[in-house]
Amino acid sequence: MAQSSKPIVWGPFAAGGTLTAFLTPALMVLTLLAALGYTPDLLAYERLHAFAGSWLAKLALAGTVFLTLWSAAHRLRITCYDLGVRADTLVATLLYSAALAGTAAAALYLSRI
Amino acid sequence: MTGRRVELEVLRYHPETDAAPRFQRYSVDCREEWVVLDALNHVKETLDPTLSYRWSCHMAVCGSCGMMINGEPRLACKSFLRDYQGVIRVEPLAHFPIERDLVTVIDDFMAKLKRVKPYLIPAQARALEQGEYRQTPAELKRYKQFTLCMNCMLCYAACPEYGLIPKFIGPAAISLAHRYNQDSRDGGRAARQEEIAAAEGVWECSFTGACSEVCPEHVDPAAALQQVKIKSTVDWYLAHLMPWLKK
Amino acid sequence: MSRKPYLREETMRWVFRHPRYLRYMAREFSCFFIGGYGLLMVWGLKRLSEGPAAWRSFLEVLQSPASIAFHVLALGFALYHSVTWFKLTPKALPVQVGGEFLPDGIISGAHYAVWAALSLAVLILAGAF
Repeated sequence: MAQSSKPIVWGPFAAGGTLTAFLTPALMVLTLLAALGYTPDLLAYERLHAFAGSWLAKLALAGTVFLTLWSAAHRLRITCYDLGVRADTLVATLLYSAALAGTAAAALYLSRI
Repeated sequence: MTGRRVELEVLRYHPETDAAPRFQRYSVDCREEWVVLDALNHVKETLDPTLSYRWSCHMAVCGSCGMMINGEPRLACKSFLRDYQGVIRVEPLAHFPIERDLVTVIDDFMAKLKRVKPYLIPAQARALEQGEYRQTPAELKRYKQFTLCMNCMLCYAACPEYGLIPKFIGPAAISLAHRYNQDSRDGGRAARQEEIAAAEGVWECSFTGACSEVCPEHVDPAAALQQVKIKSTVDWYLAHLMPWLKK
Repeated sequence: MSRKPYLREETMRWVFRHPRYLRYMAREFSCFFIGGYGLLMVWGLKRLSEGPAAWRSFLEVLQSPASIAFHVLALGFALYHSVTWFKLTPKALPVQVGGEFLPDGIISGAHYAVWAALSLAVLILAGAF
């Protein structure tokens, strides 16, 4: 039996799981504050536009989007199997493609800032 | 000496006469200090000699008497009656085919155990006169916890992924492979990786963690499997992104 | 004596067999909210790239009741993901110092501490207070 290539998909999942564990709750608090009308300074247009204008921030944002979407896609794939959806190849293709498409879209929008 | 009358609901299956398993109720006068295995022995000795189940040591060492007790995989010899109220439901270990009553067919696990080569494959052969393979206490500590597995298979009954994907090599076998991979005297990791780093190996684990919760010896198979995943991932990226490092 | 092994079919009942399986499903269901939040980030970047008016309307949509409900739920699941992730980290990455393994609590605790400090730093730098 051959060794599996699962590390390709599992590596970014593990990295994304770690990143979202450290970062996502704080990000959610920021947008929750904005949702409640107490918009944090960073989410004002000029501040955020200037922030997202730097190359380092663009890279960090694109990386965060990729790892967030990928780890969620991988978990959803496993959950689908747990819930009895047996078309694993189809589910995996759809979900990982969606994560990559989302990342590509984010990169495109970042390039326009 | 105190006692109480315990109601046992035991899954029965006789392949000669039964199309499907059925539950049978027994009322047993039990002593306060008895475990479920004592109650089953009492049933067999006094009420129903046709009841079949595996057991041997009665002291949580042999790993033979694993069964589902109120839906949870447990050793019958380690499950005290006083910890249960009402009817106690006893079934064979989940996810394994039933041979007869509480006896399961364990061929699948035995075959997987063999595949992962759970024995020392010396890194360097030594002649008898060179003496023993020596190891420091720290090197022993690295794998000692994983040596405690007694192949009771409770982890397989607890693992939803094994239930869903019968090909999955599963918690105990992979943990035992990891035990030898972690051994400073061993050189068999590459051979074991062919099995445990394959698609049916560690990658079917979704880290439910149930295996570690039910393990009567606190082997913590879930920990072993995550460590195997990380090491296999590092292997893969090194081999594919930095092939010049390959020996 | 004839052999006729009987295999009981695996159903979805395992989820309800023990609370641990429900906790596991709750952990896995965090992917809907974390993934959804990832998509929200992509959409936010789109609106940001389209100018001040588009960004203003994005903030207005954020203030809708549905968005507030999503945020509250998502935050709950994200916190559950963080707690479970750091709780399990010592299993995946045990640290052996000398002869002994570091206790799980030390490794988890270090992660919780870094998480708290990092979250506070993000909130302060973003001007949330």
